[in-house]
Amino acid sequence: MRALARLLLALILPLTLVAPALAQGTLRIGMTASDIPYTGGQSDNGFEGFRFVGYQIYEPLIQWDLSRADRLAALVPGLAESWEVRKDAPTKWVFKLRKGVTFHDGSPFNADAVVFTFESIKKKDAPHFDPYGSGQVGFRLASLVGVSKIDDYTVEFETNKPTSFVPYQICYMVIVSPTQWQKFKDWRKFAEQPSGTGPFKVTRFVPRERLELEANKTYWDAKRRPKIDKLVLLPMPEPTTRLAALRSGQVDWVEVPPPDSIPQLKAAGFTITRNSYPHNWTHTLRLDKEPWSNKLVRKAANYAIDRVGICKNLLNDTCIPATGVVYKGHPWFGKPKEIYEYNPNKAKDLLRQAGFDASKHPAKAVHLISTSGSGQMLPLAMNELIQKNLKDVGIDVDLQPVEWNTLLTRWRAGFKTPENEGLNAWNISWNFLEPWSGFGRFFHSKSVVPVAVNTMPYINPEADKLIDEAERTFDIGKQNEILAHVHELVVDDAPWIFVVHDQNPRALAPKVKGFVQPQSWFVDLTSVTVR
Amino acid sequence: MWVYVGRRLLLAIPTLLGASVIVFAMVHLAPGDPIAAVMPAESSAAEIEATKRAYGFDRPLPVQYLVWLQRVAQGDLGRSIATRRPVILDVRDALANSLVLALSSSLLAFVVGIALGLLSAFRQGRLLDKLCAALAVIGVSVPHYWAGIILIIVFSVQLNWLPAMGAADDPGLLPFLRHIALPTVALALIPLGVITRVVRSAALDILNQEFVTALRAKGLAARRVFVHVLKNSAPQILTVLGLQFGFQLGGSVLVESVFSWPGTGYLLNLAIFQRDIPVLQGVILVLATFFVLLNLAVDLLQTLIDPRIARH
Repeated sequence: MRALARLLLALILPLTLVAPALAQGTLRIGMTASDIPYTGGQSDNGFEGFRFVGYQIYEPLIQWDLSRADRLAALVPGLAESWEVRKDAPTKWVFKLRKGVTFHDGSPFNADAVVFTFESIKKKDAPHFDPYGSGQVGFRLASLVGVSKIDDYTVEFETNKPTSFVPYQICYMVIVSPTQWQKFKDWRKFAEQPSGTGPFKVTRFVPRERLELEANKTYWDAKRRPKIDKLVLLPMPEPTTRLAALRSGQVDWVEVPPPDSIPQLKAAGFTITRNSYPHNWTHTLRLDKEPWSNKLVRKAANYAIDRVGICKNLLNDTCIPATGVVYKGHPWFGKPKEIYEYNPNKAKDLLRQAGFDASKHPAKAVHLISTSGSGQMLPLAMNELIQKNLKDVGIDVDLQPVEWNTLLTRWRAGFKTPENEGLNAWNISWNFLEPWSGFGRFFHSKSVVPVAVNTMPYINPEADKLIDEAERTFDIGKQNEILAHVHELVVDDAPWIFVVHDQNPRALAPKVKGFVQPQSWFVDLTSVTVR
Repeated sequence: MWVYVGRRLLLAIPTLLGASVIVFAMVHLAPGDPIAAVMPAESSAAEIEATKRAYGFDRPLPVQYLVWLQRVAQGDLGRSIATRRPVILDVRDALANSLVLALSSSLLAFVVGIALGLLSAFRQGRLLDKLCAALAVIGVSVPHYWAGIILIIVFSVQLNWLPAMGAADDPGLLPFLRHIALPTVALALIPLGVITRVVRSAALDILNQEFVTALRAKGLAARRVFVHVLKNSAPQILTVLGLQFGFQLGGSVLVESVFSWPGTGYLLNLAIFQRDIPVLQGVILVLATFFVLLNLAVDLLQTLIDPRIARH
């Protein structure tokens, strides 16, 4: 027995003493994705795919300025140096491309690469059409119908109508190397040896396990050449796994640590970064059926929610209260008439005015929620609190939890299916990165299911008019003002229960320095150092 | 002998078909949709329909099943919806990782379990027997994923001795052993308990038989008696070992998920949440095949050790 114990010890001890040596300046990130996002160009896995893969390997013509924390990320020149809509033909946009940029494979970036990329997304009969990548971003470039090369460094995009939202669409399209694609003539093989112009290039791809990238030493913007040598991306869908990996030193950075772990992480010297960004967590209400067909009831529900309590007590300050689609300080916030603070008495009054009464005419609703899911934060605990808040003022909500995938599938079909007929709302979180995502897809009458995702449906001719006007307004300042008016309308109509805006918490090991968390879904990894 | 093997292999075919039909039906009965996992939430209905057509999900279920079956018969498990890689590659990599983990945890469980089981049989009723019994009960009762989390907290987070997740990313034996150590222990707990109990009772059965008394009366050394006992209880133990090894391979979904060990269990978990039907069916089919082959191997081995077991 003693000999056996000795043998076991002899086997185990050396394992514990030797930790693997790391290259200088390696940043290892634990992502929430369950798989490595698509590396062939147009990213999947939501915006996390863009954040760590799409925008690191590749670049769009217009990109987000991710260098500042103090204001909403703005659009800045990327692979295009400048762009403008033609005065004589407002459906045509001229882009002047950056010179002297090369892809990771050494071939030059030019107008041909832009045309090639656009065709890979939009031209179904082209040999280089990428059905998968196209499925990921095609709908985001909805109004772009064509592109033509003017000269080697000038391209012209054409839209199906005059629309000022073009720059917002262009930033979803990352430019891939035609030369590299020609080597394989196959997107799957290209994805295993991808080539873009971004600050990092892929060195090793282990499907489902890890993606290794190295700094692009010849990146065109000398100010943004990565300070780290190596970047390793690891899919870790389980929050506890991410936490354990961070605390045991297997990774240096994790996305979305569990909120209740934040105090311990801070105490152990880890840095918690967070910032506002275009995310909202809401209940999307069904407007053609009681009780949410009544605006007063919707307002009552919005006054019933203790948002500060949710953020402080439940989520350890990883979110801020939401009183609208966008947060205060955002250019589209405007001056809404209603600021939904926690006011149960006002909620009860509103409910009474609406003619609801606990005994004769109770307000009852069935809400479909998820058990987990990307951007859903802590759906079960948060919804139980919301259910209690609503119950306190006299609204009975029956929560129906389903798995995330199921929720998305049912939501897409709209409320008017046999399966969804009994529902009054669904709880899904959204982005409002650009005008279409923020307003167009939800609040325009043309977006009613199945065309887009106005599931409620929210029909307001004034909102339609304003959204259309914003799309025709090419001056960004004026466009923002118009969108702020849309926001004021929506806040007053309360077609959603606005709950919180996530703050995108991430935990960084003490040796990770120089990271600025922007007001964005995306990050700039070039400023980061790892000692 | 070969006729017997041939018949058993033929019998395996309906078993596998049955398993595949059940998996296929269950995946399609469950709510949710593989498309939701691979298409952005805001994609248009037309795009979703086109993708469904591309994968063949628009066809009636029996047709989908037959198409799949036809491909499998030709050795093609199809492509993953999520990664678009051939399923056979994903399954191959995952199976290799799971086999390694199943082997290491089985080895640990077998060696320690047999040792503890024999010890308690020979020390029946004494303190050591009771300790072993307690250990076995703990091993069987503690949920192994929970034990996995505790191991991570102690050895990775607190002591910082061993990595918390994943397979080794650097080549060499040492990183490999460091990464496999904790999942091995977690996965070995249940079979350890089971084997300890089975070995103990098998050995006790033999110990209580008259021939053992005769051997002892003959004055045979304790060591020789031990060998006789071991040999006679071997067939029973072997059956359990075979089954346990099979469970190790197929039943490691939770432990592999806790440790993000990239094996079949982890893959199965991912595939379930992504509704990645081709991967799901591929993994289950391969695992079911493994089970059938393993059972056959154990049966054959039993007859080799103990010719009294007839093969009819």
